[in-house]
Amino acid sequence: MTLDYVANDGLCADEYSDSCGCGGSCADGCADGCADGCADGCGCTEAPGAGPETAPDDCGLAPVSLKAAPSTSGGKPGKAPRPKRPDFVSTTNACKLCTPLGAMLAFRGVEGAVPFLHGSQGCATYMRRYVISHYREPMDIASSSLGEKQAVYGGGPNLKKGILNVMKKYDPVLVGVATTCLTETIGDDVGGYLREFRNEFGDLDLPDIVHVHTPSYNGTHMEGWNAAVRALVDQLAKDKVEPHGKVALLPGFVSPADLRHLRDLVTDFGSDAVILPDLSDPLDGPALEDYTPLPEGGTPLADIRALSGAAAVIECGCSLAMTPVGSTGPATAGRVLHERFGLPLHAVGLPIGLRETDALVAALEAITGKPLPRRHELERGRFVDALVDGHKYVSGKRAVVYGEADLVIGLVSLLTEIGVHTVLAATGTRGAHLAESIAAVTEGLLPAMPTVIEGADFEEIADTAEGLSPDLLVGNSKGYRYARQWNIPLVRAGFPIHDRFGGHRLLHVGYAGAQALMDRVVNAVIEKTQSDSPVGYCYL
Amino acid sequence: MTTATAPNVTATAECRDADLLDERKKQVHRAGQGPIDMACNRESLAGAVSQRACVFCGSRVVLYPIADALHLVHGPIGCAAYTWDIRGALSSGPELHRLSFSTDLQEKDVIFGGEKKLAAALDELIDLHQPKAAFVYSTCIVGLIGDDLGAVCRKMSEKKGIPVIPVQSEGFKGNKREGYLAACKAMFQLVGTAPTDDVSPLSVNILGDFNLAGEIWIVRGYLERMGIQVVANITGDGRVDDIRRCHGAALNLVQCSGSTMDLAKMMKEKYGTPHLRVSYLGIEDMADSLYAVAEHFESVDPGIVERTRDLVRDELAALMPRLRDIRRDLTGKRAAIYVGGSFKAFSLIKAFRHIGMNVVLVGSQTGTQEEYQELETVCDPGTVIIDDANPLELSHYVRELDVDVFVGGVKERPIAHKLGVGFCDHNHERKIALAGFEGMYNFAREVHASVMSPVWRFVPRRARRATVPAGADA
Ligand code: SF4
Ligand code: SF4
Repeated sequence: MTLDYVANDGLCADEYSDSCGCGGSCADGCADGCADGCADGCGCTEAPGAGPETAPDDCGLAPVSLKAAPSTSGGKPGKAPRPKRPDFVSTTNACKLCTPLGAMLAFRGVEGAVPFLHGSQGCATYMRRYVISHYREPMDIASSSLGEKQAVYGGGPNLKKGILNVMKKYDPVLVGVATTCLTETIGDDVGGYLREFRNEFGDLDLPDIVHVHTPSYNGTHMEGWNAAVRALVDQLAKDKVEPHGKVALLPGFVSPADLRHLRDLVTDFGSDAVILPDLSDPLDGPALEDYTPLPEGGTPLADIRALSGAAAVIECGCSLAMTPVGSTGPATAGRVLHERFGLPLHAVGLPIGLRETDALVAALEAITGKPLPRRHELERGRFVDALVDGHKYVSGKRAVVYGEADLVIGLVSLLTEIGVHTVLAATGTRGAHLAESIAAVTEGLLPAMPTVIEGADFEEIADTAEGLSPDLLVGNSKGYRYARQWNIPLVRAGFPIHDRFGGHRLLHVGYAGAQALMDRVVNAVIEKTQSDSPVGYCYL
Repeated sequence: MTTATAPNVTATAECRDADLLDERKKQVHRAGQGPIDMACNRESLAGAVSQRACVFCGSRVVLYPIADALHLVHGPIGCAAYTWDIRGALSSGPELHRLSFSTDLQEKDVIFGGEKKLAAALDELIDLHQPKAAFVYSTCIVGLIGDDLGAVCRKMSEKKGIPVIPVQSEGFKGNKREGYLAACKAMFQLVGTAPTDDVSPLSVNILGDFNLAGEIWIVRGYLERMGIQVVANITGDGRVDDIRRCHGAALNLVQCSGSTMDLAKMMKEKYGTPHLRVSYLGIEDMADSLYAVAEHFESVDPGIVERTRDLVRDELAALMPRLRDIRRDLTGKRAAIYVGGSFKAFSLIKAFRHIGMNVVLVGSQTGTQEEYQELETVCDPGTVIIDDANPLELSHYVRELDVDVFVGGVKERPIAHKLGVGFCDHNHERKIALAGFEGMYNFAREVHASVMSPVWRFVPRRARRATVPAGADA
């Protein structure tokens, strides 16, 4: 099979098919798209409210209001060709975040932990703001606040002093230290500093300290997340304990709503779950009377230490499953548990959509020896019923999907099940084996393999989408400018969602999550048809 | 240093006032209680969760609104990703500033140097976007790997025939303030490079307004009604060509003096352009600023004073009746202010008085000793003044002072909201214009909308009070 797979850096690799490098003019990109554009009746005229912009000249006084849609001809991509960017080395509008951000989030999901960034102050502040804008919850990230001197002489003293201050202020049970580009570049030996720290202050009641290397010039926030989860397991789950029969679930980077749903699922199977990390309470907590320095909830430290007693471990994320063996031992948290303690390891995808949820359920059935609980069986049945009821609205619609690799795989799998054709799947990560996973989840259900890009930025996604006439975008908020340019809906999923309320409450996983996502996709298509229609139907 | 801190770790019982870390005590002051002596403007304390950002952030804030320039962040991806289109600085024309460009340095670049990648990135991006100028921001890593930004920029400038200007904004070299200075130095390289023939003797530049939600257009409108030509809105809806000839303006109006005063000083030194410190927030400050401008130009155009008076009178006549109802509802309510630069705090304190509210807490990320001293003189006795605060401290005072509304940026919002306190976004992400007379009304409405919402009665700290028998404060 020839995959439309653009390898790594966006350069044309051998596998790159010649069918879509034509700037949007090729027949195969347009056939479907143009037909529906015209069937909609007004795909060609401006949508209401998105009229051509009358740009006042530079010196004139412009009206004081938010500007109308940034120019564009409206309608589908392909009508106003974008300038091409062959072989670019720069990144425009990144489709990824930096590595330590993922680690900070993962550490936030441990009970009584303080995420700590070893680097200069700016990085921590930027990350906090980014996270807060999505979750609308406090997100404290301590920083060793290196200045110019420390950048030259090393950050050890600041790191130690920082941890002491954090202890005084937060009384944490765990400090999760991640490095930044700065401290990686100056070659700070964080492991060494921490050993010194434990020796120097061994008389104090020290918290556990887990550290992880997260230079952003190597990877994205997902690598940071995975590395932090692995570090938590590797550095804390050291001893073999009595079996307790709980299910160890490494869910990947999913929403608080997802995490609650997953816990319910395991509980309904009659088992207890240790979910690591568990952001559900720390980043979606109740209103408080007293501000607590540390939010409630998260994976209890004792549970992490006792992971070796679990009945089995389930690790979600196709890209994780394909991570090659690292030089420093098992590559993922799940494999650490498997290799160190012989726990059965069930590697599944993010449970998004019917089949990926089935895979998770199969793992739970195998572990617990029990069948799918009635409640979830009914959810599954209702979802299949909805597939039938809703299929006509979305059948053959063309989607562009972007975001973290594992999320993209799950979303594409779901979209494929409801009859939406993913024409482009993109991630900012490299080396995620995205094409293979996409091929697996779409096999036999799609007329053609989607174009798949790793290491993508949004401009590359947009350039590629040009020739593919998409009907909708599926992914985080950052794709909005393109949805607006092309006048097509954006169905929001994943992180960050900075332009809607309740993004962190979105449910993606399980049969209920599949249902919720399907409802949103179908309604986005219906809403577009409705608002584009000159008739104004209220019965569709 | 390290060992000295150790004994305090166990002695937590001592921590009283806001559980302040010992070293932070010098950064909090209560107005009217002894002389103010803030140990401010120093590096954030390791391990404290500071709300501060870095040098790069400061530069990015100031230069970002120059809409027809290419802003290339030379560094790993995060620094660029976190600053992509998060600010509400509007442009009336080109919108190149809303794209996020990065060299996205990879491991091999860090090892072998990033100059080649930087040159290639500039080459391709300038060709593609045809900007009027390019700013290249240095980030922490670049400071370490020793890329010669200046040399690459010079070469590219020659090759492409546009100014390509390095911004020395390595994050770790201080805080936002140093970033402001780096940005001013970068802009100053543009100043004085274009002819000024058609500049009127009655002309100004607007510095330090970022055109959030179109604020600069409000201010421009007032100035134009007074008969004044605006040569360049340097930091809001900015254009490279305007900045190149802005030395022709007769006066610089400097708001948020922390960020652009340096540029005004450089222009004063080299071109003799005088400057006025102004503020467009709140009624008095807006009016005083316009009067000061009129006074400045009175000798050139005596009619300007009368025109300005008319303008202010008309605006106030329209505004005051609209504020009346709001004021009635808000009288006696309490506000907390925590902003980036302390100058904004002055205007806000006055603005709150206009709607009947008392400011009980005021703080900033980057105030100076003198600014805090000045701030104390406009505060009511007992008002807590705080420098470079962290969430715990802020939340402590919010509760102790029973604050009704908190004015701050996005990082403070969850603290206020978690404790059930109203919030007004007064930072760069906001989408509502708060400048000018019109902005004063928007501000009042914002505060009113938050404070008067019914939701506060359901949050824990008020829910308890609501169940107290009649007569008690509900
Ligand atoms: S320096 Fe590295 S860690 Fe810091 S914000 Fe930039 S990319 Fe992220
Ligand atoms: S501190 Fe340095 S690395 Fe971090 S955001 Fe600022 S410039 Fe980037």
